[in-house]
Amino acid sequence: MTIAEPIAELPQIDEEEAQRARRRRNEKIGSWVLPILVITFSIWIWDRIVVWNELPHYILPGPGRVLEALIEDWAILFDSLLVTLQITFGALAIAVAGGVGLAVLFTQSRWIEMSFFPYAVILQVTPVVSIAPLIFIYVDSRLAGLLICAWIVAFFPILSNTTMGLNSADHNLRDLFKVYGSSRWQRLRFLQLPSALPYFLGGLRIAGGLSLIGAVVAEYVAGTGGIGSGLAFRILEAGYRLNIPRMFAALFLIAMTGVVIYATLSFISHMALRKWHESAIKREA
Amino acid sequence: MNTATKAALDASGAAPLGARAPVLSLNNIDKVFGRDVVALKGMSLDIQAGDFISLLGPSGCGKSTALRLIADLIHPTSGSIRWQVEKTPGALSVVFQEPSLMPWATVADNVWLPFRLQGKTRTSVKDDIAEALELVGLENFHNAYPRELSGGMKMRVSIARALVTHPRIILMDEPFAALDEITRFKLNNDLLELKSKIGCTVVFVTHSVFESVFLSDRIVVMAARPGRVIRELHVNEPYPRSEEFRTSSEYVAHCRAASDALRDAMEEHA
Repeated sequence: MTIAEPIAELPQIDEEEAQRARRRRNEKIGSWVLPILVITFSIWIWDRIVVWNELPHYILPGPGRVLEALIEDWAILFDSLLVTLQITFGALAIAVAGGVGLAVLFTQSRWIEMSFFPYAVILQVTPVVSIAPLIFIYVDSRLAGLLICAWIVAFFPILSNTTMGLNSADHNLRDLFKVYGSSRWQRLRFLQLPSALPYFLGGLRIAGGLSLIGAVVAEYVAGTGGIGSGLAFRILEAGYRLNIPRMFAALFLIAMTGVVIYATLSFISHMALRKWHESAIKREA
Repeated sequence: MNTATKAALDASGAAPLGARAPVLSLNNIDKVFGRDVVALKGMSLDIQAGDFISLLGPSGCGKSTALRLIADLIHPTSGSIRWQVEKTPGALSVVFQEPSLMPWATVADNVWLPFRLQGKTRTSVKDDIAEALELVGLENFHNAYPRELSGGMKMRVSIARALVTHPRIILMDEPFAALDEITRFKLNNDLLELKSKIGCTVVFVTHSVFESVFLSDRIVVMAARPGRVIRELHVNEPYPRSEEFRTSSEYVAHCRAASDALRDAMEEHA
């Protein structure tokens, strides 16, 4: 874009402001156009590599073949997607309930926090792939096992963020609540929970992605299950059968699911905080 | 102020100016933090209805500690604090150095807080909320969020929140220290106007000589290490005090007296 055009029409805006406005507009367009260009170019390169090197589809399928697999195997893949989603959201729901519940319990009693927090950390830092086989030995229900694995991965960010949020309430307001003789419940309901909301929502966004990862990893460990199997199982199965296009198709669905979950949770977070929290407020320049 | 408010205030015991009824008294208070940090030593103070008392002193003289003791947020190591009137919920309120508003709640909801903690619905106290906001000049900002307000306006909301329960005594802990001077002067004037309207009893912590002389009728000068009262000055100038008072010779004389007392306070442990 040349420098001359918009300034002449808007004499009341000075050079610097005009530049700033132009930069902002270009950045806005760029944030959409550039990623689309990159993905288009990548897919084209991918396609060319396959064609030029005459790669067989069981080594690397072209993008067209993956799309074909996505359409042809849609019925199978969609069923699997539903299973994965079910585990992901189930785990996320339990993680939210457990994480927030435990965080509230922690802030009500230092003793409980001191007793249990180290174990929450241990649970978090132990890789889920190494615990999962044990879980599947002791838990009969495959669904319950998967839920537990995904939950272990997802709940910690919610717990730690919410605990931090509950403790971050303005200390003057705490004093004020005390002056007015508030009950423990009132302090929690009117002061600590609202203070914790931005922290909780930050944790939720991380936990959403993690519960999907947890669900997929757990299914890898759980292995064959036949009926009612999720996308991870489809990837394994397709791998055994050298059906590489289907592997790619399933992978694509998992990635898209992650993106949608993150976008949805970001949107929820924005809507919940847009009236008052700094993170959700648009600033002028 | 409308007549209904006046009646309510009279009923709640906020005495008009001139009437000297004791509200609470501090008797020989010591407060020691840890083993040997003496924050306050032998402090006694009688607070009468309608008093505007400033606690004036350098950092570490225990003026904020005294306020926290009165607010019952901490307890004295020895000595006693006696309420001479019935201590009902909302009989005492506090204004801090920061406005300390709840950012997620509207202005009206912030002012509702003291009543909400008493279990009162917003509709049942909406007249009190409207009245308190009118007193601080924010009647058009019921539905604004704190982030939309300037620093001075936030402080007004904080004062409205303190007034809404018609407290017997209001504690203010350097409420205007973080504001710019123009806003501070304006709020000083408005606070005095408020005082003459509703005759509230105020204990005001400050380290500004000028602010304490302009606002109060009693100045309690304190010294540090250990925190203690070294002198009490009386500013016997009638309320309401206008902007002209700031340039009067009486004002200057009082400021000099307070400054001298404060210098003594600083020298005593220097």
